[in-house]
Amino acid sequence: MSDANRPEKDAAAAAKAGAGAVGTPDPSTPQTATEAAHEAGSQHVPTQEVAGVPTGPDGRTPLDVVDVRTGMFGAAGSGDTSGYGGLVKTVAMPPASERPYGGWFDEVVDILAEVLDEAGVAFDDAIEKVVVDRGELTLFVRREHVVLVCRSLRDDQDLRFELGLGVSGVHYPGDVGRELHAVYHLCSVTHGRRLRLEVAVPDADPHIPSSTSVYPGHDWHERETFDFFGIVFDGHPGLARIEMPDDWPGHPQRKDYPLGGIPVEYKGAQVPPPDQRRAYN
Amino acid sequence: MGIEEAPSGILLTSLEKFVGLSRKASMWPVTFGLACCAIEMMATGTSRFDISRFGMEVFRASPRQADLMIVAGRVSQKMAPVVRQVYDQMSEPKWVLSMGVCASSGGMFNNYALVQGVDHIVPVDIYLPGCPPRPEMLLNAILALHEQVRQSPFGVNREAAVRAAEEAALAATPTSQMKGLLR
Amino acid sequence: MTQQTPHASAHIVDEGAEGVPTFEATGGDWSQIAEEAARLGEERIVVNMGPQHPSTHGVLRLMLEIDGETVTEARCGVGYLHTGIEKSMEYRTWTQGVTLCTRMDYLAPFFQETAHCLAVETLLGITDDVPERATVIRVLLMELNRVGSHLIALGTGGNELGATTIMTTAFTAREEILKIFELITGLRMNHGFVRPGGVAQDIPPGALDTIREALPLIRDYIGQLSDLMLGNPIFKGRLVGVGHLNLAGCMALGITGPVLRATGLPYDVRKHTPYCGYETYDFDVPVSTDADSFARVVLRVEECYQSLRIVEQALERLQASGPGPVMVADKKIAWPAQLAIGSDGMGNSLDHIKEIMGTSMEALIHHFKLVTEGFRVPAGQATQAVEHPRGELLAHLVSDGGTRPYRAHFRDPSFNNLQAVSLMCEGGMLADVVVAVAGLDPVMGGVDR
Repeated sequence: MSDANRPEKDAAAAAKAGAGAVGTPDPSTPQTATEAAHEAGSQHVPTQEVAGVPTGPDGRTPLDVVDVRTGMFGAAGSGDTSGYGGLVKTVAMPPASERPYGGWFDEVVDILAEVLDEAGVAFDDAIEKVVVDRGELTLFVRREHVVLVCRSLRDDQDLRFELGLGVSGVHYPGDVGRELHAVYHLCSVTHGRRLRLEVAVPDADPHIPSSTSVYPGHDWHERETFDFFGIVFDGHPGLARIEMPDDWPGHPQRKDYPLGGIPVEYKGAQVPPPDQRRAYN
Repeated sequence: MGIEEAPSGILLTSLEKFVGLSRKASMWPVTFGLACCAIEMMATGTSRFDISRFGMEVFRASPRQADLMIVAGRVSQKMAPVVRQVYDQMSEPKWVLSMGVCASSGGMFNNYALVQGVDHIVPVDIYLPGCPPRPEMLLNAILALHEQVRQSPFGVNREAAVRAAEEAALAATPTSQMKGLLR
Repeated sequence: MTQQTPHASAHIVDEGAEGVPTFEATGGDWSQIAEEAARLGEERIVVNMGPQHPSTHGVLRLMLEIDGETVTEARCGVGYLHTGIEKSMEYRTWTQGVTLCTRMDYLAPFFQETAHCLAVETLLGITDDVPERATVIRVLLMELNRVGSHLIALGTGGNELGATTIMTTAFTAREEILKIFELITGLRMNHGFVRPGGVAQDIPPGALDTIREALPLIRDYIGQLSDLMLGNPIFKGRLVGVGHLNLAGCMALGITGPVLRATGLPYDVRKHTPYCGYETYDFDVPVSTDADSFARVVLRVEECYQSLRIVEQALERLQASGPGPVMVADKKIAWPAQLAIGSDGMGNSLDHIKEIMGTSMEALIHHFKLVTEGFRVPAGQATQAVEHPRGELLAHLVSDGGTRPYRAHFRDPSFNNLQAVSLMCEGGMLADVVVAVAGLDPVMGGVDR
């Protein structure tokens, strides 16, 4: 069915039909913000950059490539004749931001640098990179300094991130050497600000100093992150499993742990668990 | 012999029927709420739906005094031994109502954390679908269960029925071996 | 010699079950406490309360060491309702995620839905494109939901003290709110109504009048409930001065919601970092400085009235704006058909079916792909804070550019707030543990997710 068959359709209908391939830019769709976000999210990273060591002018990694995906449907060895089998895509998270970060972000980073300097730690030693994306500030902290950074953020009167809202984990198996990320959410009631700390550690050595001495409320959150991701928080008062039974093997929310579904049987037919069905990714 | 012919004020029946009738009319469920369905179960107990119309408003906190376990919600791997322990503590005869799709089959959560149906742990007498089932649906399931309870055998008949059910279950084809159409 | 197990029934020996993993729910903490108690040989009693207990607010387990009637140590055991929702969300599209996250804290479904959708909208960069009407409907539903959730908190709290009338009154009032939810979403609980980009449907005709008629009734029931509780000397005797937790304790433990506001700090995400246009609504954040369980009850009642104020304002806005779009215009995100119950009782749009089956194959492909595969979300992460009835809810979503979340994490307020149990209970009486836990109002579905 071509557009010639229905010339009376308005632009919206044409956009509806034309948008079959999601992700293809369509000029008739009123979607400027999404397109900008697509660019920022860098879905179209050239693949050759992954093989080499991608370094920018200042020696920083310009793009945070976390994974490389092949194919279209997530199924391997099924004799995919769709032609999508040769597809190679990189998965990249938003890169380190350049100054000015905008808003209060510059101020917070400056004051933090000052406070860290007073404590005898250079800013670049403690903070790997600063990412400002979608109006949210993320500080990537090197693990040995995470307690100092937390304490500085909590105690300095111009920072005052006094509310530790929790810790969770994210597992990037493709990000070699930085597989496990712990994400901390902090909130400043005094100044009305929120920021995110991220600490990346290798799977082979998943140790991060515990932040419970600064934010006692992170106790259960760190236990949960240990339970689900196997990140060991050194110095935690009692790092035991919290959600799963004590004798549970493995850390269930890692990417290499299957969803764990069992086939559902109905009238003798078997419905496979969700992680073993054909999927689009 | 009809009632008309008997002296007035006397009703003749079998002991089995009488016991079934009295069991049906005074069931005591155990307070066993797990998740979303537990809230609907509590709503069934309060004024708009009013389960006391069926003589069941007394939810017993102790399983030893209860004869109906309403498994209301998703059963996790960690909770499974507890569910079984509560069931074991209840005195015979006892019935299990699997309320909601999570308790019946795992529902939408086919993953590592959940037991895919409470019938893996305890024998279930009646399944109630829904996510969560409306209080009216719970009432309907309870009424259907009442009918089951009323007709349940007693004494030696019960022993025979239990034995027959067990033999039939042993002889039956397991679901895993049944191959056929989805019908 | 057989191994001692804490189960009522001995382990069944079954050859057929070999290789099948078995897990026990007794927990490491419990073994530790029991062993230590045996070693010391002191006269102290270790009491296990839950996970199946009528006064622990769900499947919460408390391990209490008591000396006479005084609690010397209190620990919580959670995880008995762990459902793996966060992991399941990684295997479903962004839209389907709504259906999963609504079941986390089942007493406040709209808050998880809205937090999830706002975070997805941030990731997509379409926050400003969401129609005003959809946002107002979200606010309306959330505030009604806050009233419903607080009513359950008060009702079950009363029931745990043995006051069944409080529970029946609260549930009767909640039914009025559930009738509204059912009218708008079709469901009493677990709605899945708020979708990325807007809401599933516009409110049905006549709904505004129904809500307006229901509001005085709800207000009346809340009045009855507060009369029943706040002037009652027995109720006050059980709650006043019990479960004390001051501001320093709250800030250290990251506790938010009515528990924090009972210490005098007016921290409310709706005022602090407004979302859904809350800065344009006129409402107050009630605070108290008593920091005890009774103050929390008073605050919850006050918050119900404040929420009803917001509901009235939302109703006015919906009335003034009239029918309009409730989903973003972007056809790559919004579902193509506006579904409605037809005369055949099925939820189909006949015009849409005529188009996709008869005239436009591209539209059919688009519809199929959008529903099965979902829309792509650019890589990155977003965190959305929402003022949940129990405190601050954070939805942290990570996207890798696919049609499904790479990671979804919900920081549930109940999970965090439960950490305060030992602080609030130790040194108090055994009976006050129930009061303190009811004052925190944890919902285990949210705690364990």
